[in-house]
Order: sequence, then C-alpha cells, then structure tokens
Amino acid sequence: MIDDLYQETILDHSKRPRNHHTLAGANRKAEGYNPLCGDKLKLYLKMEGDIVSDAAFEGSGCAISTASASLMTESLKGKTREEAMKLVDKFHDLLTTDTPASRDLGKLVVFCGVRDYPARVKCATLAWHTLKSALHGSEETVTTE
Amino acid sequence: MNTLDRAVIAAGFDVERVRADFPVLNQTIHGKPLVYLDNAATAQKPRAVIDAIVKFYEVDCANIHRGVHELSQRSTAAYEETRAKVRRFLNARHKQEIIFVRGTTEGINLVTQTWGRTHLKQGDEIIIAGLEHHSNIVPWQFVCEETGARLRVIPIDERGELILEEYEKLLGPHTRMVAIGHVSNALGTINPVARIIRMAHAAGALTLVDGAQAVPHMPVDLQALDADFYAFSGHKLYGPTGIGVLYGKTELLDAMPPYQGGGDMIRTVTFEKTTYNDLPYKFEAGTPDIAGGIGLGAAVDYVTRLGIDKIGAYEHELLLYATEALEQIPGLRIIGTAREKAAVLSFVMEGIHPHDIGTVLDHQGIAVRTGHHCAQPVMDRYHIPATTRASLAFYNTAAEIDALVAGLYKVKEVFGDD
Repeated sequence: MIDDLYQETILDHSKRPRNHHTLAGANRKAEGYNPLCGDKLKLYLKMEGDIVSDAAFEGSGCAISTASASLMTESLKGKTREEAMKLVDKFHDLLTTDTPASRDLGKLVVFCGVRDYPARVKCATLAWHTLKSALHGSEETVTTE
Repeated sequence: MNTLDRAVIAAGFDVERVRADFPVLNQTIHGKPLVYLDNAATAQKPRAVIDAIVKFYEVDCANIHRGVHELSQRSTAAYEETRAKVRRFLNARHKQEIIFVRGTTEGINLVTQTWGRTHLKQGDEIIIAGLEHHSNIVPWQFVCEETGARLRVIPIDERGELILEEYEKLLGPHTRMVAIGHVSNALGTINPVARIIRMAHAAGALTLVDGAQAVPHMPVDLQALDADFYAFSGHKLYGPTGIGVLYGKTELLDAMPPYQGGGDMIRTVTFEKTTYNDLPYKFEAGTPDIAGGIGLGAAVDYVTRLGIDKIGAYEHELLLYATEALEQIPGLRIIGTAREKAAVLSFVMEGIHPHDIGTVLDHQGIAVRTGHHCAQPVMDRYHIPATTRASLAFYNTAAEIDALVAGLYKVKEVFGDD
C-alpha cells in the first residue's frame, strides 16, 4: 500500500520540514546532489568539540528526501561524531537489508517502507550521504551515484 | 466508451483492436489495469515484432553476409530487407544510406567521431538547440574538446519553441554543422526542421537531425527535408531495443572514415594495409543485432499498415484531450506549450515533487517518466529540477487519460495541504 511508503510522519516532515534554514555559526557544511532527480541539498552542522550541537538543511526535494533530511537533522542533535556515523550505517541497513531495525533509529524507522521501492532508496539516503561528507569535513558535492 | 474513442473509431482508427496487438498492455499493476504513458522512453512492441524475433531465433538463425548456407542466406535477406523497408518508410534516396547502429545515440556518435574528427578545426562552430537530449549535446562536446570547435546553442522561449531570429544570428561563416532534435523528448515541441535545414544550407553548413521522437509519430520524408544526417531508434518505433538507424547522404558517407574496425567493414586485409567495404557496410563492423534488425523491419511494416498519418492524427486528438483535461487540475502547470507539439505532456504540480507523483501514479497502475528526461538544460531553462512526463502512443485511449487525471487527484489527496 502507498501508505506504507508515505507514512504520516514522513508526510508531516515533508510538508513542514524541521531545521530547514541556514545555520548561523555552522562549522561544517556539505552539499549533496541526486543526479537522478536533480535534487540538491545543503547541510549545515555546528560541532562543539566532538558533539553535533545543531544541524540544519536547505534545498527542496521529493517528500522522501525532504522528510529524511528533516528527521535526520532532528536526530543528530546531541550526538557525538561517532554516534552520528553509526546512525548513517544503521539507517542505510534499514533501507537496504531485512535486518530488524535498530532501536537507535527512533522515529527514523518510518522509512522502513522505502525498502520496497528500490528506485526511491537514493531519495532517502541523499541527506545521509551529505552528512557523511560533512562529518569528514570535505566540502565537495557528494552525489548519490 | 469515451466520446473521443467513438469519434476516432468513426475516423477509421479502432484503438481497442490496435491494443490487442500489444501483449504487454494486457496486465494489471498493483491491482489496476496498466496505463502505459512512458512511450517517449520506449514504446511497447506489437505481437508482429515479437513473432519476427522469435521466428529468427527458432527458424532462421545464422550470421549474415558470410555463409553460403541456407540459414545464412535467409537471415541476410531478412536483415537487408529491413534496410529497404526503412529506405521506403523515410523516403531516402538509396538503400546504402541506411546504416544500422544501436540507436540514435550511436548514430550521432558515429557522425561526431568520423565526420567531426576529420572535418572540424579550431574556430569552427556547431549549432544545437536548447531543447536537445543529452545524446545530441555530449557527443558534440567531445569532438569540440578534441578539435577546438565551439558549440553554440539556439535559445528557446517560454512556450518551448526555438527562437529562430537567434538561430539566424548564430549562423555564419564558421558554422559547420547544425544538429537539431526533430521533436523534443522533454517538452514535445516539433521543431521546424525543414526551415532550419534550409537556413543551415544557405549558410554553407551541414545538418544532422535527431529523429528519435519524430519517426514514431509523424511522416518523415528525408529527401523533402534534405537533412544531411538523420538518426532514430528502433525501440521508440515499436521495434526492439539495440537497433537504430543513421541515415547519411552518400557523398558525405563516402568521404568519411570508418567508425569501428572489424569484420564486415573491410574489403581486403593484409598486415600492411586494409581497404574498406562499400556503403553501408563500411560503417557496420562486427556481427550486428540481426534479430533486432529483423524486428525493426516488422515494426516498420506494422506502423506502415496502420498508417503513420493516421497514427499522427489520432495522437494529436489524444494530446488535445489530455491537455484540456490536465489544465483543469488546480496547481498543475504544463511545461512546453509549443504551437506545434507531439503527444508529450510534461508538467509540474505545485508543492509536489515529480518523484512522489510518479510513485503514487505507479500505485494506480500508471507508468509515467519523472526526472530531467536526459535534458537538464531544458529543466534549467524553466528553473525546475524535474517534471512528470506523460508521453502518448496510438494505443493509448481517452479512458487512460481519465485514469491519469484521477491518479493526479489521488496525488493531491496524499500530498495536498491539510
């Protein structure tokens, strides 16, 4: 069913994305690009030591990619760099494997339905590819290809 | 039955009978009847094409132009017959001007890599249009980089039509080639290619036409157009994938070096020197897609039997019906409103991304294309990342357009403001 993909939380975050702005005082920045659909995303992180103290994003995409970026920025706040990197892997597993969802994912489990839509996995992972690049401190545009 | 369908049957086009020729159309997707509206990407294949391919593999399979045995003679005859059919279908002057390639993309690459590399130099100019598919941009960029030639682009207006006054300004003593899409895959614009070719010739330039989106939907007369090169793909003409045609004028093809080296394209080979075969074989190295070629012949027969004029007229009626229906949907904007248009409807919906539209429509059994349609400069022109595109064929019905409209209201229901 279409509702399994577009769960209520995803629709809510796509229509009213959280942290959808530039970020004053951001010290990490990265851009992501999905050549398949032309979506572009800018991610801003404010790191205090090893902790992500704030995160925000700009750009518009499909409902899946916007909601993914919105929920991702929410879930990042307060995490250490290492915790954030682990979350990237767990989120990726959620979309591409049948392993039971990690409890650390919290609200992010709403993306489990994307697994059944291989053509849409890249929409959901765009923000996360960009996060990896931001955490690595590289300024280059990452693509989902 | 819809009123439009009835009217069209009265005009001699029985769409339900035609649909029965296409096995793939008879299925459900997510529990709904398949509505296939992605014909500009690839068209479906009639039973006659599928049967021709099966017959080749079951009865006639052998390599061509080689053996003296019966099967080789049969396969050679069937493959070469397609060349004759394509010549007739497009009214080329000679059979040898029909060169088999993998598709439009390879046809254009053949010209850029042979003619382009030997005829272009620093300061020369190639003119393309702002509507081009990437396959008529990137091969020219390759050869420009290699030779120092320069790419110039005819801009398009808000409707998606070429601005011919700008084209006239671009034409000049440095123009060597005008390479233009006949019909835009992204917007459906039918370009005035006959006029564009005349203007190019008057300026002393050659012309190449990307006919991928034109040949399946309208009559094309190569001698009347006077194009120097013309390329199209079999799979968009209801034929198989992997086969297409590059047409070129004999005198130009003769003066061009070969494209790829290998078997079939040679006359004599010694380790010191190789001489090349005559046209068209000079450009056809290696064993080609024989089954594809034979399938393409069956596709040309099929389209000829239906009548390309009738196909075009029916699709035009369907386009008008669909345009009116889509325009009624609040928040929907059609991108590409050229006065001369093929049956392509590219559109955006306020606040809803094409990919989400595509997924929800798929759940209604409706196949559309979403994305930039391999025409990113067109998207940039309208400041949008992507569109949703419904591209029609003669087997589509007004009832299917109604299903599309209902599907789009479902999209609004899922993503609309609440």
